[in-house]
Amino acid sequence: MSDAPATEAAGPSAPKVTDRAKAERRLGWMLCAPAVIAMLLVTAYPIGYAIVLSLQDVDLRFPDEGGFVGLDNYGAVLSSDLWWQGLFNTAFITVVSVVIELVLGMILALVMHRAIFGRGVVRTAVLIPYGIVTVVAAFAWFYAFDPASGFVDGLPFVADDKAWFGDRWSAMSVIIMAEVWKTTPFMALLLLAGLTTIDEGVYEAAKVDGANAVQRFFRITLPLMKPAILVALLFRTLDAFRVFDSIFVMTGGGQDTESVSILGYNQLISRLNLGLGSAVSVLIFILVLLIAFAFVRGFGATVPQGRQEA
Amino acid sequence: MERGTREYALWTVGLIAIMVVAIFPVFWILSLSLKDPATISDGRLIPAEFTLDNYQVLFEGGFDSPLLRPLINSILIALIATTIAIVAAAFAAYAIARLDFPGKFAVLSGALAIAMFPAISTIGPLFDMWRALGLYDTYVGLIIPYLTFSLPLAIFILVAFFREIPWDLEQAAQVDGATPLQAFRKVIVPLAAPGMFTAAILVFIFCWNDFLFAISLTSSDASRTVPAALAFFTGESQFTEPTASIAAAAMLVTIPIIIFVLIFQRRIVAGLTSGAVKG
Repeated sequence: MSDAPATEAAGPSAPKVTDRAKAERRLGWMLCAPAVIAMLLVTAYPIGYAIVLSLQDVDLRFPDEGGFVGLDNYGAVLSSDLWWQGLFNTAFITVVSVVIELVLGMILALVMHRAIFGRGVVRTAVLIPYGIVTVVAAFAWFYAFDPASGFVDGLPFVADDKAWFGDRWSAMSVIIMAEVWKTTPFMALLLLAGLTTIDEGVYEAAKVDGANAVQRFFRITLPLMKPAILVALLFRTLDAFRVFDSIFVMTGGGQDTESVSILGYNQLISRLNLGLGSAVSVLIFILVLLIAFAFVRGFGATVPQGRQEA
Repeated sequence: MERGTREYALWTVGLIAIMVVAIFPVFWILSLSLKDPATISDGRLIPAEFTLDNYQVLFEGGFDSPLLRPLINSILIALIATTIAIVAAAFAAYAIARLDFPGKFAVLSGALAIAMFPAISTIGPLFDMWRALGLYDTYVGLIIPYLTFSLPLAIFILVAFFREIPWDLEQAAQVDGATPLQAFRKVIVPLAAPGMFTAAILVFIFCWNDFLFAISLTSSDASRTVPAALAFFTGESQFTEPTASIAAAAMLVTIPIIIFVLIFQRRIVAGLTSGAVKG
C-alpha cells in the first residue's frame, strides 16, 4: 500500500533532470521529511518491535524469564477461547453498527440534501455527537441505562429492574447504540458529500422516463454514490473494528463483551505480558490489513486522492 | 413547501426527532451533573433540586483536585500536538500540492495507511519504549503518538485546500512589485489560513478525544488527560459512586467543544469531507 507506482517516477520530462527539477525534488523531500518521520516513528517502528516482542516470552512481572519462543504466543492466543470470543464480539459490533450507521447515515444525508428548510439545523444537530469525547458519550449512555442512575428502566415497556450491563447481549446492544450515535454523523456527512456530486439532470431525465422515487434511489443514487459509500464504509469499518472506549467505560470487558482491542490492552497494560499482548496486537494489525485489502480489491473501493495522483 | 400541509408537518417532526436524539445524551449528563448525589438514582429527567456542588468538588484542593491537572494537561497536550501537526502537515501538503518530486504518491498512500492503522497495535511497543526512554507518563509521550495519528488527517485536508489555491497570484503580486516575502505573507497566507484552521480544529478534536493512548501511556495526574482521568475517578468515599462528579467533569469537557463545533460547523464539514470524496 505504501509503494509508489513506477509511473509516478517517470514524469513528463524523465530523460533530462535539470538543476531546477533537482532542487524541486530536494525541497519536496525536505518538506515531507518531518511528517514522514513522525508517522513512521510511531507506526512502522513499533509494529516491527511488536513483531519482535510477540516472538518472545516477555512478561514485565517476571523480568528474569524470557527468551525467544517462536510462534508460541500466537499459538496461545489462537487456541484461547478469549481471543475467538473477542474477535466474534468485535466483528459483531462492527458489522451491526456499520450497517445501522449506513442506513441512518443515508437517511440523514438525504434529509440534509433534500431539505427544503432546516438543513442547517440538522447539520448543527448531527455535529454534536461528532464533537463529543467518545468516553463522555459512553458515560452518558451508561448512566442512562444503568439502574443506579438511569431512567431507561423507568420507561414504559421496559422491565423496572432490567440490569442492562449484567447480560451479554443487552450490554452489547447498548455498546452498539453508543457507537452508532457517536459516528452516524460522520457517515452522514461523507454520504452527503457524495450525494451533492450527483448531477440533478440525471434525476430529471429519469423522472421524464417515468421512474418513481424508489427506482430513482436504487437505480441512480446508489450506483452513482458507490465510490462515496465504499470509502465511508471502509473508514467506518476499520474504525469500528478498533472499538475500545465505549466497552472500557460500560463493561470494562465484563459479561463477555471484550473486543480484541480490550483484550490487547488487558494483556499489555493490565497484565504487562508484552509477549502475548504483542501477539494480539500483530493479529489485529493483520486483520485490519485484510479488511482494507478486501475493500480495495474485492469491492473496488477507490482510495481517496489516489485516483487524482495516478 | 407550504406551511400547514401534511408534508410540512412530517418534515418538522423528523427534524425535531433528529435534534432530540442528537442532543439527548448531553442533556442527560447535564441533568445528572446538576443533581444532588443523594438523588442521582431518582431517574428524573430534570433534577428536583439544582446544585453546582458537583462542579465545585472537581476543583477543590487546587492542583490536587480531581480535575484541574487533567484539564490543564488535556488543553496543553492537544494544543501542542495540534500546532506541531499543522506545521509539519503544511510543509508536506505544500510539497505535495505544488512540487513535482518522486515519492509524492508514497507519502499520500503512507498517510492513508496510517489513517487506518490500529492504534492498539502500537500500545505495547510504545509502553515499553517510553519507559526505557523516560517518556512514560509525560506530555511528550502523548504528544508524539497524537502527532503521528493526526498527521494523515491534516495532510489530506491541507492537500485538498492547497490544490484549490490560485498560486499564480503569488507571481502576479511579485510582478506588481511585491517582494517574495510580501507576496507570500499578503497573498498566500490569507488564502491558506482557512484550510490550516480547519485542519487544526479537526486535529484538536482528535487529540482531545483520545482515550487509548491516554490510559496506556500515563499513570498519574502529571500527564493524564481528562478522558483518562474520568475513567479513574473515584467517589468521595468507597461507598459512593462518582456518578455526579463524572457527569460534571464530562460536561466541562463537552460544552467548550460543542460551542467550538457549532461556531465552526461549516469548516468542520468541509474538512471532514474534503479528503474523502474528491476525485
